[in-house]
Amino acid sequence: MFRSHILVCGGTGCHSNDSAAIREKFEAALKARKLDKDVQVVTTGCFGLCAAGPVVVVYPEGAFYSGMTVDDVETVVDEHIVKGRLVERLLYKEKASHAAIKALSDTNFIKKQTRVVLRNCGVINPENIDEYIAYDGYQALIKVLTEMQPQEVVDIVKKSGLRGRGGGGFPTGLKWQFTKDAPGDVKYVCVNADEGDPGAFMDRSVLEGDPHALLEAMVIAGFAIGAHQGYIYVRAEYPIAVQRCKIAMEQAKEYGLLGKNILGTGFDFDIEIRLGAGAFVCGEETALMTSIEGNRGEPRNRPPFPAVKGLFGKPTLLNNVETYVNIPQIILKGPQWFTSMGTEKSKGTKVFALGGKINNTGLVEIPMGTTLREVIEDIGGGIPNGKKFKAAQTGGPSGGCIPASEYDIPIDYDNLISIGSMMGSGGMIVMDEDNCMVDIARFFLDFTVDESCGKCTPCRVGTKRLLEMLTRVIEGKAELEDLDKMEELCYYIKNNALCGLGQTAPNPVLSTMRYFRDEYEAHIKEKRCPAGVCKALLSYFITEACKGCTVCAKKCPVGAITGVVKGQHVIDQSKCIKCGVCMDNCKFAAIIKK
Amino acid sequence: MKTIADIMAIKEKMQREIILRDNLSENETRLVVGMATCGISAGARAVFNALVDEIAVRNLKGVKVTRSGCLGMCKLEPIVEVYVPGQEKITYIRVDAEKAKKIIASHIVNGNVVEEYMITNE
Repeated sequence: MFRSHILVCGGTGCHSNDSAAIREKFEAALKARKLDKDVQVVTTGCFGLCAAGPVVVVYPEGAFYSGMTVDDVETVVDEHIVKGRLVERLLYKEKASHAAIKALSDTNFIKKQTRVVLRNCGVINPENIDEYIAYDGYQALIKVLTEMQPQEVVDIVKKSGLRGRGGGGFPTGLKWQFTKDAPGDVKYVCVNADEGDPGAFMDRSVLEGDPHALLEAMVIAGFAIGAHQGYIYVRAEYPIAVQRCKIAMEQAKEYGLLGKNILGTGFDFDIEIRLGAGAFVCGEETALMTSIEGNRGEPRNRPPFPAVKGLFGKPTLLNNVETYVNIPQIILKGPQWFTSMGTEKSKGTKVFALGGKINNTGLVEIPMGTTLREVIEDIGGGIPNGKKFKAAQTGGPSGGCIPASEYDIPIDYDNLISIGSMMGSGGMIVMDEDNCMVDIARFFLDFTVDESCGKCTPCRVGTKRLLEMLTRVIEGKAELEDLDKMEELCYYIKNNALCGLGQTAPNPVLSTMRYFRDEYEAHIKEKRCPAGVCKALLSYFITEACKGCTVCAKKCPVGAITGVVKGQHVIDQSKCIKCGVCMDNCKFAAIIKK
Repeated sequence: MKTIADIMAIKEKMQREIILRDNLSENETRLVVGMATCGISAGARAVFNALVDEIAVRNLKGVKVTRSGCLGMCKLEPIVEVYVPGQEKITYIRVDAEKAKKIIASHIVNGNVVEEYMITNE
């Protein structure tokens, strides 16, 4: 019996910051003190506070240590484990108060969240099926297989009001019903774990932190719709997630929770993993299934929808990771529990990956209907360096921005659509006054141009032309009428592209034009970038505050700065490449850009 | 291959281990063992382990054992402080593994403070 548990985060964020070495060091240090029988070291999934990584939590105190290094391990073992004194220096501090916070559960970051999908992330060892079972794991499966009929399962999902968490927000129960009702002996259950949006890592974290929850939900789905084979389509760029899924599948098979005659009930269900090569288009459902079939990942026309004719031409249930992971708890706690969270038409919670200009970069789960302000200021800890919030991009390259004027909008599917954005899979990139919205639109469009599969012309050629027009704006070469042309092209692409990728690709442009038209116009009319980002429209100048210290002249990589010691220096605009090194290094704030 | 009964047994067994990871709440009983150098050299580690084991054996819910630093009364170590919600704190001194088991049985389970181990004014 262990008297203390040391939880080390093994999510990708902390892993890349050496958390594996920290774990090994803990084990070695405990062994050296003959404490390895008393204290258990556990690798968990993501705690959510990636910005504070690598993070370590020591129970029973629940002490939350952040920014750990291998060198700190000995201190924690000697002080905390041996002597019972918390290591104040390493305890997590909230940006606002700077006071050391003892436990993870005391942080504003956690207090304001509701963890349903992420309930086990950062709590259990994802590579130990027994720990999942301890937290009610596989109980929903047992209930479904022993007490329920398939239609009852579908009815519960319908009643819960759960909607697809991959972005579209289609009612999940209806999808299950369609697939169940579709004629055919062979059906499939598929998981879309091909999370491609820049800045999104929700599904990855769930796979890394709680893989069994997905497996359990898939078996339940198989029972409900009458399928005996499932596929997890996940990108090869997620090696830890893939590895933990494989381990989880092996353990589930060993326990008889997967495979033939599950738990002696006579129901068969097996799962295979299919690795994608990381093409964004393969997150689109028809392209994803084409890729599983072994073909080049290209979309096809809908209808027929996957529920009727999907994988290998058979009826297929395709949901996102987060959608599935809600299912076991809905079965156990009932649809009323689920509908008690959220807004009228969007029930439950949503996981967001917070990134960009925000203090607490990381993973958060909020009830639907939480306002953007609460997410950014209370949970996210606000914007660094006292800058002002400008906009948040949701839905990645398919979504749009939420401007400051909509700061208090309750986040749910329909509200986000109404302001020209979308829920998307859950990436949320925060921007402050230093971000140029035209540049943001170009960034996302640049991504979709790269990722367009090329099958249909509106997307292949249309997005490319749109990007060229946008680049002209950024370089100050556009005319005002170009904005109207761009808008026309945007709608043309939206209405004519074959799949979701093309149909949503113009969204970032449309939404930034809607809320930040003044920035577009400044680029065109005044040849000026208000945020000071677009290089072609910027010039650096040295003001009279220059003391002639010569630092800028020495740092300039192209030798564009000249001047004598103790005399005001000058930048040669014809040589300047606008890298900004001079401005970063000036001790007297004598260099300005405009 | 497991049966449903096996899964339930695993759940039961594992829940006893992971209860440690629940966040401390206000309506929980806490036993705090002094684990500074003075406490450890007087045998606090054996006391700690005895408390943890006894709670596990009896499958007690809502009881947690944690550590603290030096309480300033080194000669009275090992010291165990017991916080039962809604009651005054009780401090036991010169505890050993046997006494620890008795504290659990008498104080935590039956609600009878073990007066003979308690700190006095002498």
